[in-house]
Amino acid sequence: MIRFFKKKQVPKFWQEHLDKVQNSQKYANFENIRFVAIDTETTGFDYENDRILCIGAVAIKNNKILVSDSFEIYLKQEVFNKETVKIHGIRKNGNEAKLSEEEAIIKFIEYLDDAVIVAHHTAFDVNMINQALKRLKVGPLESKQLDTNYIHKKIAKTDTYKKIFSLDELCEIYNVQMHDRHTALGDALITAYLFLKQTSKYKKSNVLNLFDLINTNYHLIK
Amino acid sequence: MKNTISERIFDFLKNYPPLNLIPNATLLEISQNVEIQYFEKDQIIFSQNDHPHEHFYIINQGSVRLYRFIENEKHVLDICDEGDLFGLRPLIMNENYLMGSSANEETILYGIPISLFHDIILNYPKVSQFLIASFATNTREPFSEKHKGKLFANVAAIQKIEHGFSEIQSANYNKNPITCSPDTTIQTACLIMTKKFINSIIVTENEIPIGIITDKDIRTKIGTGLYTIINKVSDIMTSPVVTFPQNITVAEAQIMILKHKVSHLCITKDGSNKTELVGILTQQDLILTQGNSPSLLTKEIKNAKDAETLKYIRAKASDLTRGYFEQEIPIYFVTKVISEINTAITKKAIRMSISEIGKQPPVSFSWLALGSQGRKEQLLMTDQDNALVFENVNPAEYNSVKNYFLELAEKVTEKLNIVGFDYCPANIMATNPKWCISFDEWKQQFKEWITDPIPEKILLSIIFFDFELIYGDETLYNKMADSVFETIEKNQIFLGFLGKVTLDNPPPLGFFKQFLVEQDGENKDSFDIKSRAIRPLVDAARILSLHYKLRANNTIARYEKLMEIEPQNSELFESCANAFKILLQFRTSQGLANNDNGKFVDINSLNKADRLKLKSCFKPIKNVQEAIKMRFRTSQIPQV
Repeated sequence: MIRFFKKKQVPKFWQEHLDKVQNSQKYANFENIRFVAIDTETTGFDYENDRILCIGAVAIKNNKILVSDSFEIYLKQEVFNKETVKIHGIRKNGNEAKLSEEEAIIKFIEYLDDAVIVAHHTAFDVNMINQALKRLKVGPLESKQLDTNYIHKKIAKTDTYKKIFSLDELCEIYNVQMHDRHTALGDALITAYLFLKQTSKYKKSNVLNLFDLINTNYHLIK
Repeated sequence: MKNTISERIFDFLKNYPPLNLIPNATLLEISQNVEIQYFEKDQIIFSQNDHPHEHFYIINQGSVRLYRFIENEKHVLDICDEGDLFGLRPLIMNENYLMGSSANEETILYGIPISLFHDIILNYPKVSQFLIASFATNTREPFSEKHKGKLFANVAAIQKIEHGFSEIQSANYNKNPITCSPDTTIQTACLIMTKKFINSIIVTENEIPIGIITDKDIRTKIGTGLYTIINKVSDIMTSPVVTFPQNITVAEAQIMILKHKVSHLCITKDGSNKTELVGILTQQDLILTQGNSPSLLTKEIKNAKDAETLKYIRAKASDLTRGYFEQEIPIYFVTKVISEINTAITKKAIRMSISEIGKQPPVSFSWLALGSQGRKEQLLMTDQDNALVFENVNPAEYNSVKNYFLELAEKVTEKLNIVGFDYCPANIMATNPKWCISFDEWKQQFKEWITDPIPEKILLSIIFFDFELIYGDETLYNKMADSVFETIEKNQIFLGFLGKVTLDNPPPLGFFKQFLVEQDGENKDSFDIKSRAIRPLVDAARILSLHYKLRANNTIARYEKLMEIEPQNSELFESCANAFKILLQFRTSQGLANNDNGKFVDINSLNKADRLKLKSCFKPIKNVQEAIKMRFRTSQIPQV
């Protein structure tokens, strides 16, 4: 109801996002799909009060990580949590060029295009982004989403239902070198590596099909 | 804008040649456009005959096999690992891959866009040189020889670099041009040209070139009757002349000559035709500089007046070696050229010494080169190893004859020492009264070595049996060779002893796990490539060639002859020849890099590809040693 009422006032970037995702022709053929591995660094884990500090993303297409199609953006900090600085190393007045939340989110949505989001614990990153979108009076993200944690659980022969795997654990299992851990783009790249290795494994016993992969995420809505 | 990934890729790329030769800003741009790919073990990256990819690859993690199918049989050509480049073919030419590649283990590749690299090839010649070299090693033995010509064909950019050595060399030209004034009669000018043996004369006014007369002008303008010989040169001269400044390179000279369709260029002070003439460059000069540097050097050797000049020429020959290496000229050719130059220098030193003594040799003699010089395998400066044989003489004359040759040897070795060939520390030189003897004495000597093969004598026969005629009487030299073969034929067990010694140098096959390095001394932790890899191949070739009475000293030539004699073993001998070429190349490039004789290789300075390359040479060593063990029954020979 509310959505329908607001439709005419939807900002351009958001309308484009909705159109692109809904009209995309690429999802049927796996080789054509643009996946975007994302990671966010935040001031904390509270969706309401914490804020995004940095978004990193890199595209994957036809089993290749495209460095030229990557994204790294830092946000001006309204909320500051000195505890998490220890993890991500982003200071309030650091040297990185910073954008306002609105500018950053719009740029990110434009970058995203019709891509399928891949992340580790995707729900968290997507929720943080949805919260930011909400403050812009739009959202939530329409993009299709995958989670390296759930893909692993689908492939793994043992302890599938046992627990949630951390990014570090998956790196160990899939033999991915950890560089730039806890920088948004660094973690996005690690996630991209995981995704390449996972799909390569998955392919051996299954046909690679986006919708089957999405079905591995029974925790995610889309 | 900050980008953590491309910074990380940049940090990786900058460690590896030739990318480390690219300026940071350009390399960062490349890093931003890398495609990262993951391959599982045994997954194919590209197949032989696949269409070229838009990227070439550098291995970030893991390793990659390069292979080629020949008559349905798969040959693994190389295994590349971290930091190695492959898939370079599309960069060089737009043709399908000649080799296939697959992941040797789990592998991550960085794909570098070829489109970005075209400019780099043009702008950074060192990068292209490296790529060509690496391209050549990837298609290495036994296929590279076959493909070498094809690889660089029809790629202008690469060819330019390939020939770069002579092209950027400054052109040699005559700095004392012959001139005449415009008023000179044609007859006078022709008389000057005839007297000076030149095919052109420059017409100058106040030293400024205004025209030129060549043989062609005489033919087309005088011979046809258009002008007579009493006309002035200004009537028939070609004017204005084509001019160029003094620092002209071969390439520039070539272009000028082609562009203006002339055969002569006037070199002037500032390069215009308004300043004084300083030289003349002819098409002939260009031909000499380009195709024939070695023959130019041999010519210079002939004209040399003293040992110092010879030294200077030998230094130029070293530059030539370096240039050949940069151009990846086959090693066999390079050794030939350098041996010819060394031989020419020795000949010249002998001629100079004879004229210094002021007395012709009393009887005929031969100057012999021994060891690596005798085998014509010398690329770098090494010690002198030489000997002298003279015709048998009456006992009454013996002493005076021998003294003449000892004096000659003294003078020759002294000159060679000035040139840069150090005196032999073991005193194996013609100055040693033991090695400056008559033919009968040599015959006796050989017999002694062959019939009583104690270790010291075997060592001497190894050095002496590679003797080669450098100067003097050929019949004497042939008689020497025959006496060796005859004596060995009667004493076949000698070859067994020789084989035994050879086998004392087993190939260092435990290369990676247990690199057989020197234990102590100055060369601690170095690999003695000469004793451990080159010498066993040389020794094996010598034994077999003595067995078959081959008139060949050069190791490659020996193996090639053996391939003909024993077609059933041609594969073994070919692999030995190839290994020998690789090792010799290795030793020489090490020697050039470190400015020494290249005997020791610092294993820490080798990258993995080089190690693999070295390792590939050890298998033929082992095989040929096995063959010798069997054939000459070395196990029945008592320990020597």
